[in-house]
Amino acid sequence: MHIHFLDPYRSGDSLIHRLDPRVKFVLALAFILTCALTPAGAWPVYVLLFATILAIEILSTLGVGYVLKRAILAFPFVLAALPIIFTTPGAVWLELGIGSWELTISLPGLVRFLSIALKSWLSVQAAIVLAASTPFPELLVAMRAVRIPRLLVAIFGLMWRYLFVLADEALRLNRARAARSGNSGQPGIKAGGDLAWRARVTGGMAGNLFLRAFERSDRIYLAMVSRGYDGEVRSLPLPAITSANWLVLLAGLVILGVLLSLSFLFGS
Amino acid sequence: MHIPDGFLSVAVSVFLWIVSIVVVGYALKRVGKDLGERQVPMMGVLAAAIFAGQMLNFAVAGGTSGHLMGAALASILLGPWAAVLVLTSVVSIQALIFQDGGLLALGANIFNMGIVGVAVAYMAYHTLRKLAGGRKWGLYLGGFIAAWLSIEVAALSVALQLALSNTSPANLAIPAMAGVHALIGVGEGLITVGALAFLSTARRDLVEAGEAGPIKGSLVWVAGLLIALVLAIASPLASARPDGLERIAGQLGFLDAARSSRSQIIPDYAFPGVSNTALATILAGMIGVLIVFGVALAVGYARRSVRRSERRSERRDHQVSSK
Repeated sequence: MHIHFLDPYRSGDSLIHRLDPRVKFVLALAFILTCALTPAGAWPVYVLLFATILAIEILSTLGVGYVLKRAILAFPFVLAALPIIFTTPGAVWLELGIGSWELTISLPGLVRFLSIALKSWLSVQAAIVLAASTPFPELLVAMRAVRIPRLLVAIFGLMWRYLFVLADEALRLNRARAARSGNSGQPGIKAGGDLAWRARVTGGMAGNLFLRAFERSDRIYLAMVSRGYDGEVRSLPLPAITSANWLVLLAGLVILGVLLSLSFLFGS
Repeated sequence: MHIPDGFLSVAVSVFLWIVSIVVVGYALKRVGKDLGERQVPMMGVLAAAIFAGQMLNFAVAGGTSGHLMGAALASILLGPWAAVLVLTSVVSIQALIFQDGGLLALGANIFNMGIVGVAVAYMAYHTLRKLAGGRKWGLYLGGFIAAWLSIEVAALSVALQLALSNTSPANLAIPAMAGVHALIGVGEGLITVGALAFLSTARRDLVEAGEAGPIKGSLVWVAGLLIALVLAIASPLASARPDGLERIAGQLGFLDAARSSRSQIIPDYAFPGVSNTALATILAGMIGVLIVFGVALAVGYARRSVRRSERRSERRDHQVSSK
């Protein structure tokens, strides 16, 4: 798993940045749903979907390279789908003989595997553009607009606000451990004890992190009460969506609808 | 264990979204009723702690390292319903912001880590604590087994979903996931025991508070047991006889079925003037390309003109100020 605790938001003044977060959120989900509904082997539609997301990436001024580099992060999971190249029945595309091992790659299997990999790659790009062009508080607005319960949105918001604080705490714990069970420059001298010892120390750190979080949440609660918190999560009413944004939403959904109906023409 | 988008069929994703929404909705209700207003900041900060806790890793062997998922620890310390909400928050933010797991697959990821993981851990921990009858080993063994099971059963659940989506063959995915996560689970178990040992020394009350209401959680206990049993029985069956699973996948994949029948209908009347399917395909493709690039161009031009007008107004401001 990749631990990248930096806020992925990149400030900018592009059309994509200025778009209403609710419209962006819905369109990103619609794009991912379109990718999922597109049948395997609809290559021309994949190209069109890529053209669409590429156009959006260019418009967003995030840098196409940045988005594509981040998109690779989700790739290791492709390994889980690799076996279907060999197990899907169908016309044989290639036969591999490694020693006494016989592996046959079937054509339908290969098509399915490549489709899964491509769809996954396209979907993650939409998610990256959404996260990189929308500040988190605006995403919370979008979540409220799609009727995610207020209590849950409030927990999301608090979690985000303290994520970086607690990541700092975790870094401090890591540094303290490194300082006390120091790595020796000499090979052959092991740092720390055996596996169980290392796990126990890490467990103690996890417990410590939990404890600090508990205590911090108590302080936060008291601070909230002192400012008038009574258990009710209140938020400002959502601003109206402007007509230009409605138009973008409509146009986006129409494009995705057209692409989806095209995919049924091309697919299988 | 976070499933990205593209790996689950639409039928499986939608079904698990519905299950997750129902369970999380119920958890919200329970937490709102049972627990005080103090819970909102507490769950938010603890979700952040679980997320940040993944930075605390320890070297296992050959460059790999173990770290915390936290479902077991959360369900032991907070009780099942609050733990469902905390894990849901963690998994959602990971998907939404850090692209750890997909958005369409988020329902499945919430189900696997937030619901399956928490329910199974809760069941295992409370059973062992009861058996131990308040002796110290119940805490440690219960914590270890709960953490190990939460990882292992969640991994089985992932493998079954991949097999049902026809993404991974059951007879390979299930043993592979089960094998790898049996080892990862040991790491999770050891960290959880270490954390519980620390907390029971430093703050006994926190560890005791988690088991205040065993009667309240009986529904979760039964659910955890059922999930563990069903997955423990279904997984070897499915990996031994993948045909049966394929049949279920076929029945579940009603969306795929509906789609293939529609794809036979559309070519008949999508382009009524064109009888040749190849020509119709090419035409459709060209129209699609034109639409996409037309829109991209139009939006690009719109942006340029916005930029230009901005620059013009800036220049005007500049002139005004220089006068």
